[in-house]
Amino acid sequence: MFDFLDKYDVLGAFWTTVQLTLLSAVGSLVWGTLLAAMRVGPVPLMRGFATAYVNIVRNIPLTVIILFSSLGLNQTLGISLGAHGFDAINFRLAVLGLTLYTSSFVCEAIRAGINTVPVGQAEAARAIGLSFTQVLGLVVLPQAFRAAVGPLTNVLIALTKNTTVAAAIGVAEAAFLMKKMIENEAQLLAISAVIAFGFVCLTLPTGLILGWVGKKVAVKR
Amino acid sequence: MSSVLYDAQGPRAKRRNTLYTAVFLVALAALGWWVYTALDDKGQLAWPLWKPFFSGTEAYSTYIWPGLENTLKAAALAMVIALPLGAVLGIARLSDHVWVRVPAAIVVEFFRAIPVLVLMIFGLALFAQYTGVSSDDRPFYAVVTGLVLYNASVLAEIVRAGILALPKGQSEAALAIGLRKGQAMRLILLPQAVTTMLPAIVSQLVVVVKDTALGGAVLTFPELLASANTMSGYYGNIIASLTVVGVIYVIINFSLTSFASWLEGRLRRRKKSTGAVLAVQDLADIAGTAGTGADPAGTGAGIGDGGARK
Repeated sequence: MFDFLDKYDVLGAFWTTVQLTLLSAVGSLVWGTLLAAMRVGPVPLMRGFATAYVNIVRNIPLTVIILFSSLGLNQTLGISLGAHGFDAINFRLAVLGLTLYTSSFVCEAIRAGINTVPVGQAEAARAIGLSFTQVLGLVVLPQAFRAAVGPLTNVLIALTKNTTVAAAIGVAEAAFLMKKMIENEAQLLAISAVIAFGFVCLTLPTGLILGWVGKKVAVKR
Repeated sequence: MSSVLYDAQGPRAKRRNTLYTAVFLVALAALGWWVYTALDDKGQLAWPLWKPFFSGTEAYSTYIWPGLENTLKAAALAMVIALPLGAVLGIARLSDHVWVRVPAAIVVEFFRAIPVLVLMIFGLALFAQYTGVSSDDRPFYAVVTGLVLYNASVLAEIVRAGILALPKGQSEAALAIGLRKGQAMRLILLPQAVTTMLPAIVSQLVVVVKDTALGGAVLTFPELLASANTMSGYYGNIIASLTVVGVIYVIINFSLTSFASWLEGRLRRRKKSTGAVLAVQDLADIAGTAGTGADPAGTGAGIGDGGARK
């Protein structure tokens, strides 16, 4: 029943999924944190920019962003992000799209984390003469991150699932392979079960482990 | 402008912030200039490419409106089917009987763990192999099926959280006056929970609308994004088409998000209720979905609130 597994590189496809997830996760964590810092910072222009960015990006379907990066950035404007060959270019474009999209949710998760930090913490930090970057970097963000592990885990799980959208521009990840296998083999249920099992294996442990970590590191108040 | 995160600005801080503003402005301008030249070099700013959207209604009546119609139809239908399913699953998860609670939990957790695109692809093949649905209708059926399966499980969690968010006294009082468990749920808990979770449900609509675009890109479902793609083939203006479509999505989803926040604030202020409102942020936690909308920081009394201290 599962003999189609020999013909297709299922593990390789899931490895691409994992790569997409990890690279975009790192990218969006950095960019999302920067956006969050801009949103709570003292410079009005940066605040406005970050707010506008988040409100626009999270309201556009990821599919539109990914398609735009392929059809618009690559095929029309000729941007290839330093990669050569169809597969490599589309992979990088997918990571770019996923990062730009996910960072808006990372920003919101961190902002929610910042909101859990009691006002007294920031007041005390200011009272001893720390500047904004010090208040944020030394006192508020470390606590905010610990509170944000839960929301960030959900963003990571959503990101894992969202990598399937890269199939729309031909990145050979799990959903792309699933479509190909279904077209060629007459074993719909077995194929779907394998792909579903793969995603359950990726998302369920992420949720469980990081959920446990989140409880462990949460600041007890 | 002051916030709990930084002191009121003196002359030096003001000068420094002006400098930061200037540097940031230059960076933004450079980015803008780079985008402008990149577009201009490839002739993407030529008027003929953008003209269809600003003069005449052909682009709208031939491409955008039919696509938008399909998007909204699929989203609405999926939501209408998913809501009762989600309610049943959510209530089942709260059951006192293990043999009801555990299967419901497994179903919910399973469909939440799987990407909606995988469900759609599965649905497409399922309808092709096991039913007589014509090949024209199949993508629509598949998109709705995928959306229903995924969103029913998300809504189940919303319903569960909504009922759990009610004060315990509500169910205790209901049982104390002699109502049975089913009656307490139907007459006391659910009616209150519905208002509690209304904002969360509206924000979930944003996710549904956004996910319909998957059907256009991968399953040839003729919704807004797919028709934009067709349109760009006709006018040769992919960048302009995708930009216009992006703006349309932002308008729809931003109104939905704002409506959800407004609803949340209104329910929170209402004196009649128990005061339990399922914040939109809770939804993001429940759904594990990066598709949720609204303003999580808007509900807390914390310090990251857009700079202004409450």
